[in-house]
Amino acid sequence: MVEQLVWAAIKFAAVLGFMSFNAIFLVWLERKVAGFIQYRYGPMVTGKPHGWLQTIADAVKLLAKEDIIPALADRKIFILAPLVMIVPTFLLHIVIPFGPNLIVKDMEMGVLYFFAVSGFTTLAVVMAGWASNNKYSLLGAIRAIAQLIGYELPLIISVAAVVLLAGSMSTQEIVQSQASWPYVILQPIGFLVFFIAALAELNRVPFDLLEAESELVAGYNTEYSGMRWAFFFLAEYGNLAVMSAMIVTLFLGGWQGPILPPLVWFLLKIYLVAFVIIWFRWTFPRVRPDQLSKLGWKYLLPASLVNLALTSLYVVFI
Amino acid sequence: METYFEVLFFICAGLLFYPFTMQAARLFRPSGSSARKLANYECGVQPIGQAQVQFHPNYYLLALLFVVLDVEAVFLFPWAVQLKELGFFGLAEMFVFLGIIVVGLVYAWKKKVIQWQ
Repeated sequence: MVEQLVWAAIKFAAVLGFMSFNAIFLVWLERKVAGFIQYRYGPMVTGKPHGWLQTIADAVKLLAKEDIIPALADRKIFILAPLVMIVPTFLLHIVIPFGPNLIVKDMEMGVLYFFAVSGFTTLAVVMAGWASNNKYSLLGAIRAIAQLIGYELPLIISVAAVVLLAGSMSTQEIVQSQASWPYVILQPIGFLVFFIAALAELNRVPFDLLEAESELVAGYNTEYSGMRWAFFFLAEYGNLAVMSAMIVTLFLGGWQGPILPPLVWFLLKIYLVAFVIIWFRWTFPRVRPDQLSKLGWKYLLPASLVNLALTSLYVVFI
Repeated sequence: METYFEVLFFICAGLLFYPFTMQAARLFRPSGSSARKLANYECGVQPIGQAQVQFHPNYYLLALLFVVLDVEAVFLFPWAVQLKELGFFGLAEMFVFLGIIVVGLVYAWKKKVIQWQ
């Protein structure tokens, strides 16, 4: 029992370290990529070379910020919302296979667990938007509901097609079944649908309607500042990394690869996917709300259903 | 229970992490606010009225549609794991099940539930 507790604590510390590293590294990467795409340098001064200390300095600044809870806000829910946001992010890391034996817990229903837990993000966004009692926050929350509801389904159904091929919901077994071909080749439609829906789930451009800064200031977290805001931020970049990891696990062969050790392959693939997602942000314009639900319900959902039907025919007859 | 030990541990640790960090930050941060600072942000003007308004009814329709299809997704996963053993029988059954759901989706589509109004 004690040994089990100690191991669980070590795993938690490792996940916390991975998340903190992602928040610091991915923000830096985002700024640098933005800089290079827009013909400028991005952060250069704090930390040489290339301002790598900048995001750490930002974290220290956030720690020293005053804790402000607006007088009109619904105090209890306002305080609770970052908690509801951050806990599922920790939980999502449990089923990510970093290597053949490097996983917090290989569950039999790992994939289903992952998508069940990732649904909590919506709840946190709605809580934050509603409790802030701010018009921009509420608009952001309303949009979040429409968006996350519309894209959850194509996401889950395209995963069901992968589960069909692998014959298992365990993330480890899904990776092992991709030894010869990664599923991106066997499931091109599924991969596209999953990638687009994942962008929407992550609230990334072109689906960042709930925090569209040109219309909604900062969306659902307008009233948050200091450490409470930092929790949203940590969860957001943690989710970006963990969703990239899921894309790699389901479609890009997970930790499999020649010569290099599995962990290196896995991290390389994660940050490649994360880089593509960041690249999208500085390349695509934002979609309109009416286009958003149209794309989700009328294109992605039927596409994922057709993909599922084709895959099930393939599994049974071939 | 054995399977979910880590999950339980992560939930407890996550729940403690937030208040612990907020308390730790108290050592570094200044405190004491003015009424001006605690006002809601509305581009610099005094906030007008409450922001907690009613939602458009269309959202409830979308939510209903979502719940139906999401429950269907839960049935989909055990079926997907077992399909190789179930064979043609399982395939036909899921096609009937999905067919009924798709009819519902088409109905909602024609009724313009999905459209932004």
